[in-house]
Amino acid sequence: MSDIKKFMYVNRKAPYGTVYALESLEVVLIGAAFDQDVSLAFVDDGVYQIMEGQDTTGIGMKNFSATYRALGDYEITKLYVEKESLEARGLSVEDLMELTWEDEDEDYEEKPSIILVSSAELAEVMAGQDVVLSF
Amino acid sequence: MLHTVNKSPFERNSLESCLRLSAAGSAILLFEDAVVGAVQGTKIADAVSAALSDREIYVLGPDLAARGFDQSKLIDGIQVVDYGGFVDLSVDKGTVQAWV
Repeated sequence: MSDIKKFMYVNRKAPYGTVYALESLEVVLIGAAFDQDVSLAFVDDGVYQIMEGQDTTGIGMKNFSATYRALGDYEITKLYVEKESLEARGLSVEDLMELTWEDEDEDYEEKPSIILVSSAELAEVMAGQDVVLSF
Repeated sequence: MLHTVNKSPFERNSLESCLRLSAAGSAILLFEDAVVGAVQGTKIADAVSAALSDREIYVLGPDLAARGFDQSKLIDGIQVVDYGGFVDLSVDKGTVQAWV
């Protein structure tokens, strides 16, 4: 496609308490059909969306966290996580799901999707986008 | 790039995150409940002033007036715009990131 735009989805809310996280994921998957350059950012409480070990059996809600593991199959391979947001919550990247994608150009080698960035680095990535969608 | 914030900095962290994640050279527009972030003497005023060194900050006049704030109470360097100015910023600054 000749006119590929850079789309970034910015996630700033924790899952389950509100519907934002799930809605964002649904829009991301719908948008994946349009062959654009897509990335996700996890900032503030948005980092809780990709915590390892989510178990919703006790709250009667669907655990949609497994869907983040499928993003690589939709060629969504850039998940930016802001280091400062993790640190403010006492978390590190080890607390997050191990999200990967398979690089078909390199014999389907599994590569990490999560890109840990500082505030300043994320600010630059964000400034380079054509479209930013906030959830 | 234009960043918009519409939540009070005393209720949500939207403005704080916007200040942390906006690159130098970008513009920030405060409207609706976020206009209180443009006022002098608040606990967030120093952070807003600091951002003015490398970013432009605007506030929507009608939202400020609706909440009883006089423009003389604004942090030095913040510019007031009307609805037309909001539209101009949206067009001129390219990509918009809404800190909802």
